[in-house]
Amino acid sequence: MGFALTDVHKNYRRRGSSVAALDGVSLSIAAGEFVAVVGPSGCGKSTLLQIVGGLLAPSSGSVSFRGDDLYARRSADDRAAVRRANMGFVFQTFNLVPYLSAMENVQLPMAITGLTEAVQSERASALLTRMGLGDRLDHRPGELSIGQQQRVALARTLANEPTVILADEPTGNLDPETGSAILDMLASIHSEGRTVVMVTHDPQAARRAKRTLRLDRGRIMSDERVG
Amino acid sequence: MKLRHLVWRELSVRRGQFITGLIAVLLGVAAVVAIHTVSIHSEKAVERELAALGANILILPKAVGAQNYYSADLNEKVMPEDYVARIAMSGLQGVQNLSPKLSLPADIAGTKFTVTGILPKSEFQAKAAWGGLAIFSKRKGCVAVNLPGEVAAEGKARGLARTRVIQDLALDEALLGADVAQGLAVTANGQIELRGRSFRVVGVLPTTGTIDDTRIFVHLHTVQEMAGAGAVINAIEVVGCCKDGATSLVDELNALLPEAKVVTIGQVIATQVSTNKLMSRLTWTFLAIIVVVGGAGIANAMYANVAERRREIATLMALGASRWQVSWIFLLKALIIGLAGGFGGYIVGTMAAILVGPQIAGMTVLPIAWLIPAAAFGTTVISLLAAWPPARRAGGIDPTLVFQEA
Repeated sequence: MGFALTDVHKNYRRRGSSVAALDGVSLSIAAGEFVAVVGPSGCGKSTLLQIVGGLLAPSSGSVSFRGDDLYARRSADDRAAVRRANMGFVFQTFNLVPYLSAMENVQLPMAITGLTEAVQSERASALLTRMGLGDRLDHRPGELSIGQQQRVALARTLANEPTVILADEPTGNLDPETGSAILDMLASIHSEGRTVVMVTHDPQAARRAKRTLRLDRGRIMSDERVG
Repeated sequence: MKLRHLVWRELSVRRGQFITGLIAVLLGVAAVVAIHTVSIHSEKAVERELAALGANILILPKAVGAQNYYSADLNEKVMPEDYVARIAMSGLQGVQNLSPKLSLPADIAGTKFTVTGILPKSEFQAKAAWGGLAIFSKRKGCVAVNLPGEVAAEGKARGLARTRVIQDLALDEALLGADVAQGLAVTANGQIELRGRSFRVVGVLPTTGTIDDTRIFVHLHTVQEMAGAGAVINAIEVVGCCKDGATSLVDELNALLPEAKVVTIGQVIATQVSTNKLMSRLTWTFLAIIVVVGGAGIANAMYANVAERRREIATLMALGASRWQVSWIFLLKALIIGLAGGFGGYIVGTMAAILVGPQIAGMTVLPIAWLIPAAAFGTTVISLLAAWPPARRAGGIDPTLVFQEA
């Protein structure tokens, strides 16, 4: 069992009036699925991803992960622990720590978890090599190309061996060729049995997923499965 | 990698920011440590002076203000040496010793010293004998006892340091202060050249922690010859036989020498006591300034650092960092600044006190060990308290809002 959302609403206050980002979303995502969430800007894609990732509490409705409610009677630190153990985030802007090397950036989630330095080094080195950055371990983000930075971010996402990858526009800042390489890697990660939920407005990227959820004005307009 | 690694790396990358903050804290702590160190030594010096010289009286030219007992003779004003004879032959009771002085600056091998002319007791004892020796008899009610032969038994150097008077001193003999002897690498029975004259060193004074350590003592009449100013002196030190009698002795000396200024050691020390009080108040004022300005500075720098690192913080949280882990990163940074500022401030402040103390307070200043933990602990507590609100703010950042800002 992966995620289950039941009648999830999320309202924001904007200049005194309420804006619905999610309007009664109900869905379930099974473990091991590769789901693309598509839709126009402001339709609630990123909000959905943040709610699923335990970063943003819904205004109403329930969100469960592996059968446990993520928000009811759970503190932000409890949800951080769930994320730490099970989830990895990929961001459009990579969000690498600029003063750390590629190696250290990948070690960061493991440092948060408290893994030993030997395990951190071994795993970070292996992941970066897998991403084709074995010769860039000591380079800082500023010394890497945009595509390389996203690959470091992807390696960091896998550091704690999460079962779920949540990617927010992972190819949004990349050229088509580099974007395609990142999508290949996400597909490879999915093939290892991990759940991948990817928010994108790129139809090419969405086609790589096995399931596409189309959102508009906070509602699921379609839910298509491939194959 | 540990999370503390993140702090070190950030500190090393944003070195300028760190160093600026550290210098601000360090200078504040240094100021408090320096003032407090000098103040503590000054208080101890006053206690020592009162204990050792409680009965002493100074006779100075009228226009001279006495700020420090030991350096009272270091002024350009002079008075006739004849005053010594007047006192010796006055028949006053209760004077244990007399020590007229004339001081001149001197330069030996490029180092500046003070040459002080003193009159050995044997010379005015002779004069006192003409006055019936009443001057060296004990005043009624005095409890101090003048042991016969005490000065001679102690040796010239130690005797001069302790009793301010020497029994005998030839015209070509010299006694060296501890710092002078060390500086010139001369010991007893050595020779020194002073303004073209050769002197035999008859003794080296023990360290006193006063300006006497930088003096060369020679016969008063030799210094008068060197100065070419005739039979004049800068000051007369009068050692009373007991503290109780000092006040009435001052009245009698005032009546005897109306052209001079007569003050007790207590009056001289009063200036130092008030300086100590001022320094003590300054310590607390500086401490208050450090708490307010230093604390506000650290808090401000931390708030700026949190604002600057919002995206990094949000990313850490998305990666699973707890609020406490995020706050801890900033508190650790504050801890490092506090400890480094405390230890660094102690070292700089103590060095400043050691260098400046002798000049402004006329005493040797030594490091005070208990100020190390005090400075480090105090600064760390201030730093942590100041960093607490920004650290909590960092832990309370909503990552979703930060990601929306992108």
